[in-house]
Amino acid sequence: MKKLRVLIVDDSSVMRKIVERSLRQAGLELEEVREAGNGAEGLAEVQGAPFDLILSDINMPAMDGLEFLRGLAGIPAAKGVPVVMITTEGSEARVVEALSVGAKGYIRKPFTPEQVKERVTPLLGGAQ
Amino acid sequence: MSSAINHLAGQTVQPDPHWKSLLECAATEVFSMMAGFNLAAFAEPPAETHGDRTAMVGLAGALCGMITVRCSSEVAIKLADQMLGGDAAANPTIIGDALGELCNMVAGNFKSKVTNLADHCMLSVPTVIWGEDYVVQTVQPHEGFQFALSLDGEPVWFSMTIHT
Repeated sequence: MKKLRVLIVDDSSVMRKIVERSLRQAGLELEEVREAGNGAEGLAEVQGAPFDLILSDINMPAMDGLEFLRGLAGIPAAKGVPVVMITTEGSEARVVEALSVGAKGYIRKPFTPEQVKERVTPLLGGAQ
Repeated sequence: MSSAINHLAGQTVQPDPHWKSLLECAATEVFSMMAGFNLAAFAEPPAETHGDRTAMVGLAGALCGMITVRCSSEVAIKLADQMLGGDAAANPTIIGDALGELCNMVAGNFKSKVTNLADHCMLSVPTVIWGEDYVVQTVQPHEGFQFALSLDGEPVWFSMTIHT
């Protein structure tokens, strides 16, 4: 079973920790978890090293999750990396927009580790 | 007012008597799924609102107002420990941030349960007040409600204030 390199993009450090904890509780094997506080920081992380999975908030200051997704499209290292959006607000319009610009799925808060696993595992191509 | 908020404000949603039970449901789901605590109704609700940690999230657009979550610092530490594991009590900032995130998720979950609200109402970044010697004054006209739920016997207060 391959250990995953994961990027978590969220302006809340608490939420980044909760997401990482949920991934571990869901039984996913993590090699490294990198964190970014907004989309711009997330793009810089992606330039540096390849990831197996990216989880990103939608609403963030400086650069939101939708701009982050658009930015990823221009980065060769991000090609094929599944991005799952995490949203609090329950806005269908924002989720639909995210899916239209490259997100592979979304998780709505509140969530359980089981729900995270259910959404993420099918995107990992048998790695987990 | 930004054009985004103007667009949202064009879809006013009127307060509904069922919102109290919807907020109770939203809060119960969030605390259970994100912190592993089952909130329960009090047989006899506490008479006075107490708690030296208050998280608040503003609502703007089709619905304008505020949702708050208030509890004791001990309960806030319990919540942070459960959400983040282990040593949250050692970091006061994390304790406040965790309560703020819970409030944010309660507000978001409530929004998603109200028809036409999810896409037409925005949430503010959470703010957390430390201390209980304060009074909140809301611009008139407004209405609202509050209630307490039991977390292992300790009260957690939820309130919603709506500008009408």
